Amino acid sequence: MIRKIAVYLLLTLAALSFLYPFVWMVSASLSSEAGIGSLRLLPVEFTWQNYLTVFDRIPLGRAFLNSVIVVTITTSLVLVLGALVGYALARLEFKGKQLVFFLIIFTMTLPFQITLIPNYITMVRLGWVDTYLALIVPFVMNSFAILLFRQAFMGLPQALIDAARMDGAGELRIIFQILVPNVLPTVVTITILTFMGLWNDALWPLIVIRNEQTMTMPQLVTLFSVGGRADAQLGVKIAAAVMLAVPVILLYLFFQKHFIRSMASSGLKD
Amino acid sequence: MKLTSKRLTPYILITPYLLHVAVFVLFPVAFSIVLTFHSWNIISPMKYVGLDNYAHLLKDRLFWQSLWNTVRFLLVHIPLQIVVALALAEFLNGPIRGRAFFRASFFLPVIVSGVVVTILWQQLLGFNAGMINKVLTGMSIPKVPWLESPDVAMYAIALMATWKNVGLYIILFLVGLQTVPMQYYEAADLEGATRWQKFRYVTLPMINPTIFMVVVLSTIGGFSLFIEPYIMTEGGPLNSTLSAVMYIYRQAFQYYHMGYSATLGFFFALLILAVVAVQKKYVEE
Repeated sequence: MIRKIAVYLLLTLAALSFLYPFVWMVSASLSSEAGIGSLRLLPVEFTWQNYLTVFDRIPLGRAFLNSVIVVTITTSLVLVLGALVGYALARLEFKGKQLVFFLIIFTMTLPFQITLIPNYITMVRLGWVDTYLALIVPFVMNSFAILLFRQAFMGLPQALIDAARMDGAGELRIIFQILVPNVLPTVVTITILTFMGLWNDALWPLIVIRNEQTMTMPQLVTLFSVGGRADAQLGVKIAAAVMLAVPVILLYLFFQKHFIRSMASSGLKD
Repeated sequence: MKLTSKRLTPYILITPYLLHVAVFVLFPVAFSIVLTFHSWNIISPMKYVGLDNYAHLLKDRLFWQSLWNTVRFLLVHIPLQIVVALALAEFLNGPIRGRAFFRASFFLPVIVSGVVVTILWQQLLGFNAGMINKVLTGMSIPKVPWLESPDVAMYAIALMATWKNVGLYIILFLVGLQTVPMQYYEAADLEGATRWQKFRYVTLPMINPTIFMVVVLSTIGGFSLFIEPYIMTEGGPLNSTLSAVMYIYRQAFQYYHMGYSATLGFFFALLILAVVAVQKKYVEE
């Protein structure tokens, strides 16, 4: 009994240490600069001023739009292209299949530190710096997504494909109308992983985007925070961080189980 | 597509993949090796310099410092991560009410951008106004100069990174714990094993693969450390939180030393592969 109470106490303490800072962050962003030092859970001298200041200083709305555009297009392409390649690997026999597997494993093992600088140079050469293309094209093919689709497609009965062929369906129709609807959990996993990776990444945008109007949200918030424009005003920085966090947290509240399952599967890949 | 011959179909399907890999993986790897033998500021033509970049790397104190910083980060981050994740997973792995709630709250920092977490922790770790020092003061413990002292700052970042990632590892350990057959515990009960003995001699050996996975994942994650020190301390104080990726970034985009920066990236990538290979080998034995 004592042990039980101790376990619940520890778990609650741990949960608080993960939740409380987020609540504090929202409360601090709504407090006056003088009130931020408080540990209270409710805003001190409630004000929207920090948010107004952020929008006044940086084009955060535009950055939100940029992020949404980039993430939506990239994720859609990762799904479509991943399904095509995954299908070929799962259901078709061809020479060179082993080579494709080798390339997938090679790509997944390769540390990004080695391709970072050359890929930047490629972007410069292609004239893609400061365009959406630089944020989208390098990420439309995802090795892990391909492997997930392959695995899911392998689990489907051949009869499904044969029946569709008899009805005269071509390969594209087989893939997107017959197979993909049967592996929706995989589609959800890939969508979440791609979305999370792109929405939260700041390093690549910092490298290829210099024009404020093309910046993604994490990049703009980063530069706002390290640059002088927040004028060392804590509340303003925190308000910008809150706005970066809110879209993901909202999605998480609705699709919590999917998020946890998907992210865990990305950890289990090795 | 229906009209194309059956034999061609797979090749049509994989061509986009092969093109993409060629442009964004194979070419960059080859080009990065070429770059390591050149000096280049991206505007004027490339200049062949032989092994100069490598010679410079060996003598570059700042690069070795950045590597050492990364190692210091990992030395705190990995053990802390494993102990906290395993303990919380073990607590959760029982008839716990509200398990879904606990799991969801532990996982919350995992889904949020490192940018958000760093801006948040910058406030929590503040010397005078930070919440953590206020709590310490409340318990009559002296304030810690988390981000002001070169001896502490990297460990403060390691603490934050653990807070951010531990939720993911809790889930991985929970999956691992559920693979331990109940009979093993029942057998241990018959032998009169204590709770700790059961953990030490039944659970721990069974979840070794998970521990290894956590070590590898946090190693790779630690070697990728960039945005946290970039926002939190900009590498300071006294370069004590300058991570290797930050240094590569600085060489390329502040000084435009493309050749040298590529050399650092190349060397660092090989190092990561070697470390992970050693870890794998160690576990297999």
